This record gives sequence, C-alpha cells and structure tokens, in this order.
Amino acid sequence: MRLDLVPRTRRSAVLDILSPALAFVAAVIVGGLAVAALGVSPGAAFVTYFVAPLSEVWSLQEIALKAAPLALIASGLAFCYRANVWNIGAEGQFVAGGLAGGWVGVATHGMGGLPWVLPAMLVAGTLAGAAYAMIPAVLKVRLHVSEILTSLMLVYVAQLLLDYMVRGPLRDPAGYNFPQSVGFDAAARLPYLMEGETLHAGVLVAVLAVGLATVVLARTLFGFEVRVVGVSPRAARFAGFSEARLTLAVFAISGGAAGLAGIVEVAGKIGQLQPEISPGYGFTAIIVAFLGRLSPPGILVAALVIALTTIGGEGAQIDLKLPLDLTRAFQGLLLGLVLGADVFAGYHVRIVPGGPSGRTTS
Amino acid sequence: MTLDIVQMVLVTVLAAATPLILAGIGELVAERSGVLNLGVEGMMIFGAAVSFAVAMQTGSTVLGALGGAGAGLALAALFGILTVGLAANQVASGLSLTILGLGLSGLVGAGYVGIKRDPAPHLAIPGLTDLPGVGRLLFGQDAFVYTAVALVAAVSWFLWRTRAGLTLRAIGDDPVATHALGLKVRRVRFLAVLFGGACAGLGGAYLALAYTPFWSPGMTAGRGWIALALVVFASWRPLRVAVGALLFGGATVLQLHAQAAGLGVPGQLLSALPYLATILALVLLSLGRRQGGSLAPAALGRVFTPSR
Repeated sequence: MRLDLVPRTRRSAVLDILSPALAFVAAVIVGGLAVAALGVSPGAAFVTYFVAPLSEVWSLQEIALKAAPLALIASGLAFCYRANVWNIGAEGQFVAGGLAGGWVGVATHGMGGLPWVLPAMLVAGTLAGAAYAMIPAVLKVRLHVSEILTSLMLVYVAQLLLDYMVRGPLRDPAGYNFPQSVGFDAAARLPYLMEGETLHAGVLVAVLAVGLATVVLARTLFGFEVRVVGVSPRAARFAGFSEARLTLAVFAISGGAAGLAGIVEVAGKIGQLQPEISPGYGFTAIIVAFLGRLSPPGILVAALVIALTTIGGEGAQIDLKLPLDLTRAFQGLLLGLVLGADVFAGYHVRIVPGGPSGRTTS
Repeated sequence: MTLDIVQMVLVTVLAAATPLILAGIGELVAERSGVLNLGVEGMMIFGAAVSFAVAMQTGSTVLGALGGAGAGLALAALFGILTVGLAANQVASGLSLTILGLGLSGLVGAGYVGIKRDPAPHLAIPGLTDLPGVGRLLFGQDAFVYTAVALVAAVSWFLWRTRAGLTLRAIGDDPVATHALGLKVRRVRFLAVLFGGACAGLGGAYLALAYTPFWSPGMTAGRGWIALALVVFASWRPLRVAVGALLFGGATVLQLHAQAAGLGVPGQLLSALPYLATILALVLLSLGRRQGGSLAPAALGRVFTPSR
C-alpha cells in the first residue's frame, strides 16, 4: 500500500480556494498547541493574534501599513514565480529602492517644497529596485547562473551598502553621529490620508499596483506569456516566446515593485534613512505570494492576513510575553502547509497498492 | 616559528570551513538524488539552537551535537513529506523551511542568549599533537572537524563505489526510468533529504558548540546559503565541496584579519566580500564551462509523482 498522486486533468477550482484556508486552519491549530506548550492559554492567544488587532482604529491602520509593502512586493514576485523564475532577493531590491529614493530625499533637503521631489523619489526607488534585480537576471540569462543564489546573496550586499551609506556619506552632519540621515522635508514625504492618523498614501500605491498586476496578468499578452512559460515551457518555445526576454521582464517587474515598496516605506512611515529600513518584508512577501496563490487579488487578502498575525504577534509579545519568533515560525509553517495542501487541488490523492510506471512534472 | 604561524592560519581556515563542509556535503547528497532543498540555512540554525540547548541541559557536547543533527533531520523530514510525498514545489518549500527554522531557533534559543560554554574538546595525543608545524593541524582538532573529513570520504566512496550510490545518482538523473526499473525513487529521495538535514544540523551544532561557542540569534549569517552555492561551485562532487569550503574559509579568515588591521576599507565592504565572492565564483565557474553544458543532476528540482 502506498500514497499515490494522480494528476487531475484540470485543477479543482473549489480546492484551489479551499486548500489555503484549510492550511491556515491547520497552522492555527499547530500554533495553538505550541502556545499551550509555552504555558499560555490558546484561546487568549487566538484573541490577541487574530481579533484584538481588528478592534482598534490605530491597529487597523498598522495592519494596512504592514500589508501594503507585502502586497506590493508579492504582486511583483507573482510574475516571477508564475514564470518559474526564482527571485528570492526582493528584500535586497526593497533596500536598494529605499536607499536610492531616500538619497533623492536627502539631496533635496532644505530646497523648500519642490513639487517634483516626491515623484522623483518614487521613480528613483522603482528604477533602483529594477536595476538591482537586473544583476541576477542578466547573470541567469547570459551565464546560466542560478538566480536563486545570486539574488539572495545580493540581499546581504544591499543591506551592508545601506548601512555604509547611512553611517558615512548620507549621515546627518548635525545628527550627533547617530547613524541616520536628515529627516525629509514635508514635500518628500507621502501625505497622510487622514488628519492626525498614521495611514499614508503608500497604501493607495499598493492597492493600485495590485489592481494593475491583476489586469496585466489576466488580460494582456504579456501576462499570458508569463502564465504559459510557467505551466509549459515547451509550449511557450513553440509559440515563439523568448524565455530570456521574459526572465528579464519579470525580474524588472518584481525588482521595481520591491524598490517602490522600499521608497514608499522610507518616504511614508520612516521619513529618513536608517541602517535598517525593513523588518524582512522582502522575505515575508514570498510567503504572501504563495499564500495568495500567485494571483494579485489573493495576494492582497494574504498580505492582510500576514499583517494581522504580525501586528497580533507584537501584541502577544507585550500582553502574553510570547516571543516574536513564534510569529515567524507560524508564518513558515503556514507557507509549508499551504504548499502541502496544494496537492489536493492538483492531484487526486489515493492510497493504492503498488504499480510501476511514473511521470515527472516540473 | 614561521611554520607555527602557517599552522595557526590553517587551523582557523579549517575551522571556518568545517560548518560549510558539513552542510554542503549533506546538501550534495540530497541534490544528487534530485531534490533541491533550499532550507539549509533554516536546518542549520535550528540545529545550532537545539544543540546548544541540549548541551546546556545535559552538560554533554556529544548529546548536543546529536540533538543538533536530530533537529536538522526533523525539519528535513517535514521538507521530505512536502516535496517527496506531496509533490510540493521544492523551491518554495525550501524557503518555508528556512523561515520556519529561523523562527523555531529563536524560540528554542531564547533562554540561552549570552551564555558561553566551553568549546568542544580538542584531540590531544601526547607526542603527536605537540609536533611542530603539523601537530595541531592533524592531531589537535575537535571531533566535528574529523567527522567532516570522514563524511567527505564516506560520501565520495558511497556515491561512486557502491550500488546504492549508483542508484541514488541514477534517480537524480532520471526518476522516471529508475522508477520503471522498480527502484524506490521516493524512498531514496526521502532518505537523501534526511541525510542532508542531519548534516546541516550538525554544521549548525559545530557553530554553537565549537566555533563560537555560544548561541546568538541569526548566528549562521547566511552560511547555509553559501553551502548551497558551494555545491553548485563543486559541480556536485564531494571532494570539491571540501576544497571550495576551504577556499571560502580562507577568504573569511582573510576578511576578519583585514577588518582587524583596519586597512581604510569600509568594514561593510569587507563584510560583503563573502557574498560577492560567492557570486563571482558562480560566474567564473559558468564562464569556464561555456561548452560543457550543465553538470547538475538532470532531474534536480523537479517533482516526481509515480502513477499508473
């Protein structure tokens, strides 16, 4: 007797939506057990993680502010992963975007409310993210170097570069040697959406980007190419789609999205350059992309769920003394379970007596 | 006298290379069977945290090392169930494993931050260890180093001199054909993944029990990823993994010395060197192999589902 996976002729649409939900429930159950093992009531933890953040205006805003970069980055990554291109260096592209855009903000400091400063920062951030993503993309296309390893290695390089710039050339000369740049002018900050609140226009940028990604992926020839290359590289070659061109394009899109998210974070929430500008958004966005089934609307929902658990995790650390690492472990487990549950959408799972013959899918 | 200085440098290089050898050799076996496990970093750091916790609780370095290997093995089992059993995407599953491992290591290690332990004992054979020039290098290492060296030899022998090794490599090249021959593709792959996990966990244990020797969050600092790159760099050959790890260990030591000497180069640039060197190594390797084609196991990273 053994486990047998028979590919479905077409993916089950119901299970496509249901399987991430099932995985989430399973992850919550395992998380509850872990919390109980740490000596905290699972019920109380559930309320702190998933209910309390939804009950106050400020925490709702925090969720939106956390979800925005995640949704933005993950929408870009969806293009890559759909095309079987593995950019896992979004964190580095985020930092590159924040650094380049922030540089514009620092350079224009004190020039008095120029209207083009903010757009220039956003453009610089997006371009820098895309350009930084071109390094692994070109190495893959021209030299067949694994983009997984190069994009990841470049994360460390970007972080160190930002660290150097903030402690060196871009440090605020009047800042008592603190490793930070000058605070940006008001013209270089994303406007707040409501008087006296924390929600800023970056959230709108993210929503727009998700909408754009939805349309491009579902309704354009380019989106079609991305999907075909992912599902069947052979068919794509017969159709005359250039894999190299597509690799460069999806890297540019995901890098640009991550870079834009980076400068949005810097010009929105932070307001200056610091040695660290990301609590790991680029990596968490990978979870979000898969949790959202690599479709932008799903990604938006997934980003909100992950943001909820992150804010809830911060609350749990304060109220219940539960470590933040629990949230990270939960998110990793959730991604694993989502990937595992995916088997039900793509295959009939059967327990059968053995029989020879086999097949591979990529 | 100079001989002793050379030996001292070589000893530190070997120490820096050991965790990379351990994790790299395990990943090599998994990849030879056709499974790409990107969770090395996660398994390594979880192994480091668990090994330190076990060693503190029991007072035994050996039990700590076994605990570390077991921790890596447990995470690898999860990965194996996902990718070998349920045909999940290997790249994404590996990433989830890294995130999970980082989180779990923080949970396990939380109570042990800032505590220092005596490093794992070094071999001391009267007469031999004191030999000038080579004594400490050859006869004065800790058990991790000897294990790493033995593993390289053992894996080399296993993959190219045994029938089981041939089976494993064949499965990594063509799971469909080997399955048709009646070989247990999924079982072999699962076992290879487990071996990779145990090795990565042991590599982590070395960091926490011998190299530093304490626990700090994120202490693997990308070594798991570098081990992954080493396997590519080594064209999936065990001896070359060891050579690559030594070169890399040498670069690390050099960078530390440069940082200490204060050459007027920004510290951040020196810290970035290992990562830049990895990229450069991969590029050079690719340039040197323009004609030859890929040496990777043919089915690496591809999911296999037996069906009628």
